[in-house]
Amino acid sequence: MIEIRLYATLGRYRPELKVGEPLFLNLDQGTTVKRVLQEVLGIPTEVVKTVFVNGIYRELDHVLADGDRVGIFPPVAGG
Amino acid sequence: MSKILRVNMTDLTTKFESVPEKYRLTAGRGLTSAITCDEVPPTCHPLGPNNKIVYASGITTGTAAPTSGRISIGGKSPLTGTIKETNSGGMAGQKLARLGIKAIILEGQPKGNGQQWVLKVDKDGAELLPTADEWLGKGLYETYPLLFDRFGERVAIIGIGVAGERLMRNAGICVNDPENRPARYAGRGGMGAVMGSKGLKAIILDDKDGPGVPIANKKVFDTGRKKLLEALRTHAVTKPGGGLNTYGTAVLVNIINEAGGFPTRNFREGRFEGAARISGETIHETCENRGGVGMTGHGCSPGCVIKCSNVYPKPDGSELVSVQEYESVWAFGAHCGIDDLDITGECIRLCNDYGLDTIEAGVTIGVAMEAGLANFGDGKKAIELMQEIGKGTPLGHVLGNGAAVTARVFGVVRCPTVKGQAIPAYDPRAIKGIGITYAISTMGADHTSGYTIAPEMLGVSGKVDQFIVEKADMARNFQYATAFIDISGHCLFIAFAILDIPSGLEGMVEECNGVLGTNWTLDDIGRIGGEIIRMERLFNEAAGFTTAHDRLPEFMKYEKLPPHNVVFDVPDETLDKVHAT
Ligand code: SF4
Repeated sequence: MIEIRLYATLGRYRPELKVGEPLFLNLDQGTTVKRVLQEVLGIPTEVVKTVFVNGIYRELDHVLADGDRVGIFPPVAGG
Repeated sequence: MSKILRVNMTDLTTKFESVPEKYRLTAGRGLTSAITCDEVPPTCHPLGPNNKIVYASGITTGTAAPTSGRISIGGKSPLTGTIKETNSGGMAGQKLARLGIKAIILEGQPKGNGQQWVLKVDKDGAELLPTADEWLGKGLYETYPLLFDRFGERVAIIGIGVAGERLMRNAGICVNDPENRPARYAGRGGMGAVMGSKGLKAIILDDKDGPGVPIANKKVFDTGRKKLLEALRTHAVTKPGGGLNTYGTAVLVNIINEAGGFPTRNFREGRFEGAARISGETIHETCENRGGVGMTGHGCSPGCVIKCSNVYPKPDGSELVSVQEYESVWAFGAHCGIDDLDITGECIRLCNDYGLDTIEAGVTIGVAMEAGLANFGDGKKAIELMQEIGKGTPLGHVLGNGAAVTARVFGVVRCPTVKGQAIPAYDPRAIKGIGITYAISTMGADHTSGYTIAPEMLGVSGKVDQFIVEKADMARNFQYATAFIDISGHCLFIAFAILDIPSGLEGMVEECNGVLGTNWTLDDIGRIGGEIIRMERLFNEAAGFTTAHDRLPEFMKYEKLPPHNVVFDVPDETLDKVHAT
C-alpha cells in the first residue's frame, strides 16, 4: 500500500479528500509514478510539476514501492 | 531632478540636496547600502547618534512597471550588527518616488526629553512636526487611523509601533497597504528600533501634484515593461489564477513539508503533522467558506499583477488579519507546533499592531517554548507571550529583542539564528543551498537574499538536488541576481517568472534602461549585483565580521533532522568560497 497526497489545484481530481488527506492505494509491483497519475488518478502529466516520494524529488518514471509516501504538486512558489 | 532629503534629528532640520553623480544610476538596496557605507561608521552603536536610516524606492518604482512598488530601508542593524537592507511593498515606495525623492537620509538623535516627531513630506517640502500624545504608546491599528484622520486618507505612512518606540531589536518598520491597514513591513533586522532611537514615529508621504518619475527613454521602457508583464501573466506561478494568486505564498507549506525541510517545533523535525491545516490551500478554502471580507489574490501595492496577499476572516466573516503568508504562518505555526490559522492570524495581527517582524517574533516564541515558557502547540500561551511584548513587561522586552537574545537569557542551545537573525522557514540541513545563503548573506539568516529554494524545491530555473552540498556558485549567482532585483524596485516574486522566461528578464533590464537612460545588458545584472554585495561585505568586515560569522548554528552540525536524518554538512570551505572570488 502507498499513500498519495494531491496538493493545490490537483486537489480537484479527488474533491472528496480534505487538504493533505492521503489516498491509500494498492499497486502492482513495478508501477511508476506516471502510471499512477494516468491510469489511477486520471491526472494529465502536464499539470504535474513536482513529485516527492518519501521526501525526495523523483521523476515520473520512478518505480513506487510498498509503504511509499507520495506528494504531487502543480507549479507552486512563494517565499 | 530628483533629490535627496536629509533629515537631521539632532538639530531638527530638513534639507534637500542634489543627487551626487555616483548615486545617479542606483536605487533601492543599491542606494541604501551605498549611503550606509559612505556615511555610517561601521563600528557605531546601531541605536546611537552615528547610525543612519536610508529610505529609497527602486529604479522603476512609481512608474507603470508591473509589481514594482518596493521601498528599501537600510542602515546598520541592531539585530545583527551588520549592514541591513529590508524592503516592503505597500503604498510608500511609489509615493516617495513620485515626489521626486531618491532617498531620505535620517541621521542624528534628539537630545533628551523623549519628544517624538513625525516627518511630513509633500511637493512643497518637508517638515518635522511634534507627535500628538494619542499617536504614541498604542497599537498601530489604533494609531494609523488617527494619522490618516490628521493627514488625509491618500497619504502613505512609514511608521513604527511600540516595539520601535521601546527600541526593541525586533522592531520592524510598517507601511500601509492600499486599504490603509498597518500590514506591510520592512520587518527584518530591527530597523524600527533605529527609527525609534531617532525619535521619529512616522513619515507621512503626500505625493499629490508631485513631479512623478522621469523616464529617459520611453520607448525602451515600454518595450521592457511589456515583456515583463507578458512573462508575469503567462508563468504558472505568477499569472492571474496561478499558484501565488490563488493560494498566496503559504502554498509552499505542503511542498516544503513533503520535502522534509519544514522546520517544526524549534527545528527539531523537518515535517509537521499539522502542515496541511496551516497551508495556502486551507487559507484559500477558509476565505471561501467563511466569506465576509476574506479574500486571496489581494495586492499589497498598486500595479502588482501577481497579488499574492490575502485578508483572512474570523469565523463570522469579519477581518482577522492581512496577511497570512508562508513565513508568518510557519513561524507561529509549525515552528511553535501550532496547527491553527486562527492562532497564527492573531499572532500576526499582534505583530502588525506592535510593529514587529513576524519571522523573528514567531521564531522567538518557539525558542521560548523550548525554554519551557509554554508547551509546543499551546496557542493560547503563544498569544499571551506576544502580549507581554505589547505590554512592555521585562519578559516582553526579552522576547521583543528576538530569538538570539531570548535563547541567551533562558540558556537555550538550539537557537536557530545566523548573525543574530532568526532562520526562516526552510531547514538548511534538508535543503543545503539555502543553508549556504543563510550563512554567507550580508544580512544574517535571510532567505530573500538568495532564494535557492527556486531550483532546489520548486523546479524554477531548473531542478537541483536538495542534498548536494557543492552549491557555492549557485548561492553566489542568486545573491547577485537578487541584489539587482532589489535595486530595480520590483517585488522579488517576479523572479519566478523571469528565471524561467528569458524575455521577462530582458524586460526588467530594459525597464531600468528606459528609466535611467543606460544601456545595461543581461551581463550587467551579475556585475551590478556583485558590486552591491562586495560593498556590503566591506561594511561588515569593518564592523568586525569574519568568515567565522558566516556559519550556521552549531547544533545543525550534530543534531540530525528527521525524516531524512541529516545534519548540515556543507564544508566550511564551500561557504568561504562563495565570496572568495
Ligand atoms: S507579489 Fe505579493 S508581496 Fe509582491 S508586490 Fe505583489 S502582493 Fe506584494
